[in-house]
Amino acid sequence: MSELAAVSEPTAVSNKPSAVDKQKVIVVGNGMVGHQFIDSLLHSDQRDLYQIITFSEEPRVAYDRMHLTDFFKTRSAEPLAMTTLEKYQNQGVSVHLDDKVVAIDPATKTVTSAKGQSLNYDKLVLATGSFPFVPPIEGNDRNNCFVYRTIEDLEMITAAAENGAKIGAVVGGGLLGLEAAKAIKDLGLEAHVVEFAPRLMAVQVDDGGGSLLKDKIKDLGVGVHLSKATSRIIAGEQCTHRMEFADGAHLETDLVIFSAGIRPQDELARQSGLSIGERGGIRVNNQCQTSDKNIYAIGECALWNGRVFGLVAPGYAMAKVAASHISGGEQYLSFEGADLSTKLKLMGVDVASIGDAQGITPGAKIYTYFNQPEEVYKKIVVSADNKLLLGAVLVGDAADYGTLLQYMLNEITLPEFPESLILPSSSGGQTGLGVAALPESAQICSCHDISKGDIRAAITAGCCSVGDIKGHTKAGTGCGGCIPLLTSLVNHELTELGVEVSKDLCEHFPYSRQELYHLVRVEKIKSFEVLLDKHGSGQGCEICKPAVGSILASCWNEYVLKDEHIGLQDTNDIYLGNMQKDGTYSVVPRIAGGEITPDKLIVLGEVAKEYGLYTKITGGQRVDLFGAQLHQLPPIWQRLVEAGFETGHAYGKSLRTVKSCVGSTWCRYGVDDSVGLAIELENRYKGLRAPHKIKFGVSGCTRECAEAQSKDIGVIATEHGWNLYICGNGGMKPRHGDLFATDLDKATLIQTIDRLLMFYIRTADRLQRTSVWMDNLEGGLDYLRQVILDDSLGLSGELEAEMNLNIDNYECEWAATLKDAQKLKRFGHFINAAGGDSNIVFVEEREQIRPAFEHEKTNLIAKAG
Amino acid sequence: MNWTTVCQLDEISPNTGVCALVNGQQVAIFRQAPSQTLYAIGNYDPAGKANVLSRGLLAQLGTVTSVASPLYKHHYCLTTGICQEDDSLSVPVYPVRLNDGRVEVAA
Repeated sequence: MSELAAVSEPTAVSNKPSAVDKQKVIVVGNGMVGHQFIDSLLHSDQRDLYQIITFSEEPRVAYDRMHLTDFFKTRSAEPLAMTTLEKYQNQGVSVHLDDKVVAIDPATKTVTSAKGQSLNYDKLVLATGSFPFVPPIEGNDRNNCFVYRTIEDLEMITAAAENGAKIGAVVGGGLLGLEAAKAIKDLGLEAHVVEFAPRLMAVQVDDGGGSLLKDKIKDLGVGVHLSKATSRIIAGEQCTHRMEFADGAHLETDLVIFSAGIRPQDELARQSGLSIGERGGIRVNNQCQTSDKNIYAIGECALWNGRVFGLVAPGYAMAKVAASHISGGEQYLSFEGADLSTKLKLMGVDVASIGDAQGITPGAKIYTYFNQPEEVYKKIVVSADNKLLLGAVLVGDAADYGTLLQYMLNEITLPEFPESLILPSSSGGQTGLGVAALPESAQICSCHDISKGDIRAAITAGCCSVGDIKGHTKAGTGCGGCIPLLTSLVNHELTELGVEVSKDLCEHFPYSRQELYHLVRVEKIKSFEVLLDKHGSGQGCEICKPAVGSILASCWNEYVLKDEHIGLQDTNDIYLGNMQKDGTYSVVPRIAGGEITPDKLIVLGEVAKEYGLYTKITGGQRVDLFGAQLHQLPPIWQRLVEAGFETGHAYGKSLRTVKSCVGSTWCRYGVDDSVGLAIELENRYKGLRAPHKIKFGVSGCTRECAEAQSKDIGVIATEHGWNLYICGNGGMKPRHGDLFATDLDKATLIQTIDRLLMFYIRTADRLQRTSVWMDNLEGGLDYLRQVILDDSLGLSGELEAEMNLNIDNYECEWAATLKDAQKLKRFGHFINAAGGDSNIVFVEEREQIRPAFEHEKTNLIAKAG
Repeated sequence: MNWTTVCQLDEISPNTGVCALVNGQQVAIFRQAPSQTLYAIGNYDPAGKANVLSRGLLAQLGTVTSVASPLYKHHYCLTTGICQEDDSLSVPVYPVRLNDGRVEVAA
């Protein structure tokens, strides 16, 4: 699909200009900046005046290149997409993919594409971006030499890794080079970084920060080679290549990634006679117009005031400027340079750079704080009069970034002792600038240029969470670096407005779920009554009762229908079935790993037939039987338990299913026995009650047929063991699982999952899925790795013991219930009469039952009466 | 008043409800522990449109004791029958008493 026609406006019925009258705006390049331009123009009041056409030489519409490395985690381009063809189509944007504009004729205002299309324009916007600079050295075109720019590049790198490459080297120790090194490390290769300068991230950090950064990256197992000029690449002895350096040293590697800076993609503009800078870049004015007033250039291809900006925020700013100049009449914006401050996490190491990081401003003074044991380096550069912050470098701990950036951007007067901004609070330093002190104009989100004033306005308009603000203003949806600042601003504003952000579970317990869990564990509390008596008040409600019921079950795993627990159980648990909309239940026996014998399958069919149940295969590879009334549940389960089935806990906030592919037993591609492992995991964790339901997936190879990466716990077989993905989710808000650990043997895998699940159970909020838990976990994935894999809190023994207690106390709740005559009495619609509920009426559809709709029911009941 | 015996108190698990058929009406009866207070209301949830209220959770909101419907969690006050989320909805409330270990309802 290379072309998509625009949806044309219905000309006869509209006052809007017809397609013929519209001004044609052609955008060359559909990267992040080109997309931002289109988005800005579509949001302008004048949008109906323009017909937008865009060309891209890539096979897909705009995607988030800044998070390109995430592609390795998900192996899917989709999460990176910034828009879709359908969306563009609905917005009336014509998209030409896989087709490059090869010529511009400014005289006739025409562009010609590689596929031979010739189109007229009224305004032309060049957003052609940049290309990676590949040093002109011998051997740079050998096999397995790549650049790091597009999804296609990443696919080729992945393929090389899968074809046996064991060592990878990145030429260039800048920001992108380190990202690339992380990527090849994550692919399981030994990674090296080769840098010409004497330090990493030479532009952003100084010697002190660079040296700490180098140590940290080396600690992570990445080879760092500084002051090394690669002179040529030749055939290697142990590896595919040998990189030879000017100083006589060499490095053997199987693949090479060049990440030695970018060059503006200005070829098209050059051929068309536009003015080009001496060292490249399309010259633009403050409105982003090139030497031809009908042609604009934005993003990394543009040269403004002698500078090319290789970051997304200035590109976005240019896109908005160009869009406003085209559509805004007299009211247009102006591009006046950009702040290049940046904060990022490189292989788990926080690095930030603000303003004049090198301290080159005349008279500038420098304060540094270096803590070697903790591996933290902080430097601030202040003006000669000690009043203003000019720049900063942070390595190892970048928590102060937001505060320092605000000091610099808003020229806020520094405290009397500026060093207090970077000293740890224990030595008398202050923790920084409160959000209250920021002026209204303070820019909070630089990617989308959202100010404090914009956010306050959004809160006044009704936003009451960071999520709302993101949806409403786009703040925090670019690089995400401003989220901590955004969060504290939102909390501050809400508190100012008198909105209390309470973490209490409900009116009966002045504690969060996590605190209650802790109290139950530590004080060995075994019932709701005792907990309420000691730590709560009143009688309890439908919020705290099931939450405490779940905590008690997670801690002690007692039978949930015991007298002291039964009144805590929610709709489904209380009758060990899932209540449907008419008050009937579904019956879901466990089919571990989705493996079932024909005999058992026949039993399910027989039971369904005998009781007239609607039968459906679930997404979790088992069978759901619908339409059972309360009094039918015991005899149905009697049959199932006798046939060897157990409860499937489909009704519980607990382990649901472990989905598996068929694995190496049958599959030609299978690497390991996914079904066997799935069954073992399902049997291990069945009955484990948690803050919310938990789903697993186990795939036998990287083709991932079990969709494990969309599960709370996902396991994928590799040549060397099992890769563990965590906190994925399908459903309403899909989330790809994070790769947590690689190539685990089975014992380690199980030990890791034991710890993880118990830690989730300990710390999550009520009804919080693992995906949301992870998104809200302070410190995120790295913190979780420390706790679970490195045992940084010294908890692992406890967590494992708690899991073992759960496993030891497992019993099938249906088997237990069937043995208890007293409990079985509850399973009748009436306490004082036999029979069922006459209000439950079914009709037939596609040869099975379904609940009757209200209007059908009235007729059917009338007839029966 | 015409009292009907529906069950023994110990047939209702503490802090849960049961449904009884009394003169053709479905009545939801709740036993609140430890006070052993009994409540009786209609079993039909007018919001969820099904006979399910006896299977709901007892919930105290402020000073009001209510049942949260198992379907969509509408709260019905056990003494007035009024739905907290939508006061145009309500369920009937019936007299209920404990008589020598027997639960009796007048419906």
